[in-house]
Amino acid sequence: MPLTNEKNLGKIREQINSQWKADHSRRPRVLVGAATCGRAAGALEVLQAFRGELEAKKIDAHLIEVGCVGLCYLEPIVGIEKPGYPLILYQQVSPQRVKALVERWLLRDDPCAEYALGKLGEGGIDGIPSFFDLPMLAPQVRIVLKNCGFIDPKDIKEYLVNNGYLGLEKALGMKPGEIIEELRKSGLRGRGGAGFPTWRKWEICRSSPTHPKYLICNADEGDPGAFMNRSLIEGDPHALLEGILIAGYTIGAKEAFIYIRAEYPLAVERLQLAISQLNDYGLLGEGILGSDFSFSISLKKGAGAFVCGEETALISSIEGKRGMPRPRPPFPAVSGLWGKPTVINNVETLATLPHILRNGGDWYSQYGTPTSKGTKTFALAGKVERTGLIEVPLGISLREIVYQIGGGIPGGKGFKAVQTGGPSGGCLPAAKLDLPVDYESLVQAGSIMGSGGMIVMDEQTCAVDIARYFLSFTQKESCGKCVPCRVGTKRMLEILERITQGEGKLEDLKKLEKLAETVKSSSLCGLGQTAPNPVLTTLKYFRDEYEAHIEERRCPAGVCKQLITYSIDPDKCTGCEVCKKTCPVQAISGERGGPHTIDQELCTKCGNCYEVCQFDAVIIR
Amino acid sequence: MIKHPIKQGKSPQEGFKNILSKHKRENSELIPLLQEVQERLGYISQEAVGQVADHLKLSASEVFGVATFFSQFRFTKPGRHTIKVCLGTACHVRGGARILDFVQDELQVKPGGTTEDGRFSLERIACFGCCALAPVVVVDDKVYGKMTPFKAMKILNKYD
Repeated sequence: MPLTNEKNLGKIREQINSQWKADHSRRPRVLVGAATCGRAAGALEVLQAFRGELEAKKIDAHLIEVGCVGLCYLEPIVGIEKPGYPLILYQQVSPQRVKALVERWLLRDDPCAEYALGKLGEGGIDGIPSFFDLPMLAPQVRIVLKNCGFIDPKDIKEYLVNNGYLGLEKALGMKPGEIIEELRKSGLRGRGGAGFPTWRKWEICRSSPTHPKYLICNADEGDPGAFMNRSLIEGDPHALLEGILIAGYTIGAKEAFIYIRAEYPLAVERLQLAISQLNDYGLLGEGILGSDFSFSISLKKGAGAFVCGEETALISSIEGKRGMPRPRPPFPAVSGLWGKPTVINNVETLATLPHILRNGGDWYSQYGTPTSKGTKTFALAGKVERTGLIEVPLGISLREIVYQIGGGIPGGKGFKAVQTGGPSGGCLPAAKLDLPVDYESLVQAGSIMGSGGMIVMDEQTCAVDIARYFLSFTQKESCGKCVPCRVGTKRMLEILERITQGEGKLEDLKKLEKLAETVKSSSLCGLGQTAPNPVLTTLKYFRDEYEAHIEERRCPAGVCKQLITYSIDPDKCTGCEVCKKTCPVQAISGERGGPHTIDQELCTKCGNCYEVCQFDAVIIR
Repeated sequence: MIKHPIKQGKSPQEGFKNILSKHKRENSELIPLLQEVQERLGYISQEAVGQVADHLKLSASEVFGVATFFSQFRFTKPGRHTIKVCLGTACHVRGGARILDFVQDELQVKPGGTTEDGRFSLERIACFGCCALAPVVVVDDKVYGKMTPFKAMKILNKYD
């Protein structure tokens, strides 16, 4: 028996609301950011410490594991909301700091401003800035990530309190055609990377006379360097499920599959729990909210194949076959899973829907540019000061993202490039920093929007090595079905390997360009068609670096192992012996207090000495 | 055919029967079935391939074809601990490849292999999605962020 048979969730939401208010005027809430990234930084130990400390001090508090607020570089992050005070977020919380927070803030009136990151909500606290005024947050517009890090992802009630499933209620009161019209007004385009207008995909599938129809959520976030979908699902799984329900209703599907990476166990766990809660609330199954809409959602765990991000390959994999793409048309919206009309949408696209339904298409389209509407999440990582998950209005410049949000390059090093779109995208140099981030501008510059990976590179990143890295990835992930991709990427990789080993020839560059153009124009699917992008953009913007590798047998960034040596500057070396002690092959010798030297015969160029030297005495040449 | 024993005190037949009976005899169950087999055994044994093929009325080569396509599946027995070195882009630009090289040299094992003493298996992973903590090494299920070759070695020494 479902918890609600009503036509809407109004009553139950009201009930939960008043419970929630009563509870939080009585006792504090403690939010521990324990998504995968927080856990890697020690969030579970912090959670344990809070549990122990609260029990020892006999404090009645609501201790919750939440998702990631996006400031990954300051993990573990903890939020404390005392009745009558705003929510304060604390950064880099260790088990030791937990004690201070409990004793000074929960038991007394000292908000520990020195550990605080920012505060949210009404009322000021001396010495603590407003969270959304922080430099990393100020340029952001948080729509999809609104709840991440602030609500309990394991409790549907917290989602409902925050207007959860209001979008679905609205949708069920509309005709599918009206929803598609709203979506058209919003201007939402696929957030998986290609940017196909979502409403059009839906319209094709909806108007097909063939039944049944299927909806697939692509959560196979395979771009190395991207974690937007993982964070979103770990922090707010119900936002995705609400989007799936809205999409399913609109296209006329009865069944949806979420195809999710097996490498994301926590996200899988969160979704499983959230789906079971939907069943309890009667939001899945027969006649949802008194309508004639019946729906089920099942999870399919991906088994690790980048090519399965491609629609038709993903479908093959769900059908239990090798995940290989097939030529399109017919597009899946016409003939997809088991030959039936199928819509495949990305996690972010679907999780945006509840907001569009709640607030209207016009509201969403106020953000962005005339052709790229709304907001987009990016996983900002690499050589940037403030790494994390961000959400920005489209049209923002790369410079604003790298410098204002990301805080620039660490260690005072120079900016070299930013890679968008992962292995399918391109490396954009400093001259392109003022490029607006929208679908068209990025393509024009040789890159793509992609699903949202954004990797910043500094002067110590080698452009040739990056091209080789991405190509080795796509080459390995090539399914082998079509010749240009199977053989072409292999030949390209061989050339790049030769160049990074100092055995390249100048004519290799022409050959590389020609091969790249061929693979791009003649491959069967998106994997092959975009795989040459990193090579082409680095050749275009960093050709001098390729030439240095070939003509001077030199890697200017000091990365390519065969072309560099490690040595110790005797003037800077203090003889502290840290490098000597940590050298795995005993290649470093010298007396304590005197300058040390590296035996080039023994050195394996692992880079350990460079890493551990406090005095910048280890030089890479 | 090489026979591999199944742990947990069950005969191979029994162990598989439990897994197989949970899955319908439909092609779409193939990958979930293989995933469950690997969860139980730690790898996909030849025997398992045969059993799965029989259950789904497929040939062993069809099952092998699918299993070898996906990087999640392994065909040799794993070590007591699994080291996964992330080689995502963020980890790469922050030195992930150097860590992999280093671990490979120290433990004398290649990705996909297991050390002779059965202590570690080594895997390279395309991306864990912990990019902000790059470079990342995962041992069993514990994630270690901001690694250097030296730190990685110190951590591995804690596992026996």
